[in-house]
Amino acid sequence: MLAWTIYISFAGALVAALLPSNKPVVVRWFALGVSILGLAHAVGGFVAGMGQGRNVIVDVAWVPSMGIHYLLAADGISRVLVLLTGIASVAGVLFSWNIDLRTNQFFAFYLALIGGVYGVFLSGDLFLLFVFYEIAIIPKYFLIAIWGSTRREYGAMKLALYSFVGSAMVLIGLLAAYVAAGSHSTGLVDLAHAGLPASFQMWCFPLVFVGFAILAGMWPFHTWAPTGHVAAPTAASMLLAGVVMKLGAYGCLRVGIGLFPHGLDPWGFTLLGIGSWRDVFAWLAVIGIVYGALVALAQSDFKFVIGYSSVSHMGFVLLGLMTLNQIGVDGAVLQMFSHGIIAGLLFAIVGRIVYDRTHTRQLDELEKMHLSRRLPFAAWAFVVAGIASMGLPGFSGFVAELQVLVGAWRANPWWAAASGIGIIVGVAYTWRALQKAFFSDALPTAHELESEQAHPFAPICWSEMAGVALLVACTLVVGVYPRILLDSIEPAVKALLAGGVQ
Amino acid sequence: MNYAALFHATLPETALEIAALLVLVVDLGFLRKATLQARIAVAALIGIAGCSAALWAVSIAGPYSAGNDLLLSAGGSAGVAQVAILILTALTLLLFIDTGFTRNPGEYVSVVLMAVAGGLLISAAQDLLVIFTGLELLSLDLYILTAFNKQSGKSAEAAIKYYLFGGMSAAFLLFGFSYLYGISGSTSLHSVILGTYRALGTGTGPLLYLSLVMIAVGLAFKVAAVPFHLWAPDTYEGAPAPAAAFIASVSKVASFALLISIGTASWHFFDSSPGTVYVAVVAHLPGTPASRPYLDFRSGWMLILVVLSVASMVFGNLAALAQSSVRRLLAYSAIAHAGYILLGLAFFSYSNTSAKAILYYIITYGLTTVGAFGVVGVVERAAGSDRMDAFLGLNKRSPLLAAVLLILFLSLAGIPPLVGFWAKFNLFAAVLRVGSGRMPITLVALAIAFSAVSLYYYLQVLKRAYVMPATDETPIRVHPVTLTLLVVIAAAVVAMGCFPSLLQDWIASFYAAM
Repeated sequence: MLAWTIYISFAGALVAALLPSNKPVVVRWFALGVSILGLAHAVGGFVAGMGQGRNVIVDVAWVPSMGIHYLLAADGISRVLVLLTGIASVAGVLFSWNIDLRTNQFFAFYLALIGGVYGVFLSGDLFLLFVFYEIAIIPKYFLIAIWGSTRREYGAMKLALYSFVGSAMVLIGLLAAYVAAGSHSTGLVDLAHAGLPASFQMWCFPLVFVGFAILAGMWPFHTWAPTGHVAAPTAASMLLAGVVMKLGAYGCLRVGIGLFPHGLDPWGFTLLGIGSWRDVFAWLAVIGIVYGALVALAQSDFKFVIGYSSVSHMGFVLLGLMTLNQIGVDGAVLQMFSHGIIAGLLFAIVGRIVYDRTHTRQLDELEKMHLSRRLPFAAWAFVVAGIASMGLPGFSGFVAELQVLVGAWRANPWWAAASGIGIIVGVAYTWRALQKAFFSDALPTAHELESEQAHPFAPICWSEMAGVALLVACTLVVGVYPRILLDSIEPAVKALLAGGVQ
Repeated sequence: MNYAALFHATLPETALEIAALLVLVVDLGFLRKATLQARIAVAALIGIAGCSAALWAVSIAGPYSAGNDLLLSAGGSAGVAQVAILILTALTLLLFIDTGFTRNPGEYVSVVLMAVAGGLLISAAQDLLVIFTGLELLSLDLYILTAFNKQSGKSAEAAIKYYLFGGMSAAFLLFGFSYLYGISGSTSLHSVILGTYRALGTGTGPLLYLSLVMIAVGLAFKVAAVPFHLWAPDTYEGAPAPAAAFIASVSKVASFALLISIGTASWHFFDSSPGTVYVAVVAHLPGTPASRPYLDFRSGWMLILVVLSVASMVFGNLAALAQSSVRRLLAYSAIAHAGYILLGLAFFSYSNTSAKAILYYIITYGLTTVGAFGVVGVVERAAGSDRMDAFLGLNKRSPLLAAVLLILFLSLAGIPPLVGFWAKFNLFAAVLRVGSGRMPITLVALAIAFSAVSLYYYLQVLKRAYVMPATDETPIRVHPVTLTLLVVIAAAVVAMGCFPSLLQDWIASFYAAM
């Protein structure tokens, strides 16, 4: 059932490309139908897979001479992330309802990207995973470069090159592991059992990990993220923050930690208290959390605030992975889901609901527009999203970040303490953006009131409401009853930590 | 000398030569009053018929030996390369149909067919003299093809440059061959290499180095490896589009097939001799491998190839970044691709893994390049130049052409699931399988890093086709034959990328039949 998510999306991309470009309405509904169908299969697969371990969906010899299989498999982690992808893709289509320029191509690239993302999460073969991972790069470039805004060509090229450099590093690691294993297979399970020598893992792990972590927004390789997010059209920034950054984190977990567990072993010496790659990456994650939050605090562009907050939140994912204990990694996976939903919601509000009506994202200008009165829906939606983003109880972010912090405390209390600063600053920048953009104190002048009445904002349309409702519902459900996801995540993480990839 | 056997072995070349004469007779004798379009179509069709006949002939032609020395091999890498050469030639002849650069289509096709005969010869050649003859036949025809656009000054300039460089490198090659003959006393590839090993203990080391370097000059010129690449950008830019496609694909396939023959011979030189000879040779070598003053043939050749390879991929990719002409960009990217392939040749395997990987790479690369030059040719005719800005708004002007360009360029950049990615993966995996230690992994890492660089310049062209606003929105009219051809090539690139084992099995079948 899950495999159909991939086929539906790619077939949808092909058909969308062939639809006429002068009938945007048809294309939109078509894309919505395709993404809902994908989501339905994702949900179906998630429900059917509850309580099960890893199951193989498809296994066909693909390149027999090199031992490469077309192997799709899903465990709890995959199923949760596929579910996230389905939700994000539906929400993304809903918030792209205003795309009138070359609509057919927009949705063709969009659905191709979604198909690639589904593919990565479901691949059980390292080679196949890499193929899907690279398929996702090119649509991102065109989505941003054609339909984007601020410095779009720069942002798009930067994103494409960062991704490609990251994937080049992964490819080197893949080739080296394939040859070193000598088992004539690229299956994740086979490679994990190949008994790769520890010295080999010691250099291959950081290579592959950094290659994936570039896409996960790890400091100091995060700089593509804010510029890319800001330049991207709303749906693309929702997908970038929502699922594409998760591709990187997923690769770090599944490939980096899953195949090269000995790469995390101590070096045998310490330098400034750092004695293993684990320490290195954990501290980079902590720096990312604090740095992202501090930079977000200083931004004047609303979308940059959200962009840097993504870097900060993704830091929690990477920190959770580096704890290497059950609760920390559980939290990391849950944070992937949670951040995917919340970041999507924030970008939708800022990039679509607000920007489309005000045509500015500068906080100083928004301050004079009294949006809480003129766009109450946006204001309250952002309040909810902001609270979720700060990690208040009742929302998914709370459960996830709490678990990461507990895990980090067990691994090294200093990590938890330092990232606590990031959480506090996180409250500050969300609050600041909320106040500046929506709830400013300045009273409107008579002249302003007149012009407001002369040019009222377009009313909130049904697609925006539906999208906000979908995302808010998801974060609330997971926040109130996290077991719905954790029951799937926990056994999978346990198996992964116990012996590589099962 | 058995003339019947020789005729049997050279049946494909004979078929091509007959077609070459036939096309002249038909064009100059019967079609003097016909329109140019009709003459071009007829000439191209006769050329394609000649290629088909040769294709059939390849399947029945056998190897040819004079005495104990093998002159022409059949099957294996030679067979694969010959079939690929003939198919690619047919594709470039189809591209020729929608052009108007010459009033002498018969001569053009005739020269193309003779060049192909040269290409077939060097793919199968196992003897220094046959290699040299085939190379010269191929090269002389390529100079003519480059100059074929008589209205264009650039075409003439490119041909002169190509000719001067080519003549010089041929001289080097011949000089190197003569030293090899002096060392080994034979011109047959296997005996020559065996001879160099025998002579290793007799103080001919410096002479061997000298001859290897000179041969490398000659062959690196053919595959446009740095620093012998200077002709490539000018030729790619100046030659008429179908001729440029021919030079970029067919001539490359033939030259790399020759390099594969040398690589295979460097491992298998004792296969045809009694096994004791090898033992005798090894026993004859003085001292341990480490204490020997000079490298043997294989190590020396490998060292040269590694140097050429690294220089080509670094310089080719970096220089391509600065190009504003798409043809020159393709030329520099060809240099970079040659660098990757040379890496595969440097770490050549005893089994035929490397040979297969290289053939896979060069065939798919040749196919993609033919398509790329097809698109460039169409755009050039519509916009009047091959500058990057000529591609502005291509997506509006001809969506199908833009889609083909997207697929082909992404394949060249090595994005999966297109075939270019598989070719790279296959090749680099072969390199790593052969070489152990730090050297191969470092070189492969370098190659992959530079292929990440290459994405930038391919995207520069695609960006103009898809992203930047159009300056001219008039639709581009594409000849139906050209359009069909380009779509078929793009479809093949996608299909072979999704099912890579199709082509791999096809290549392996030639080796299995040997």
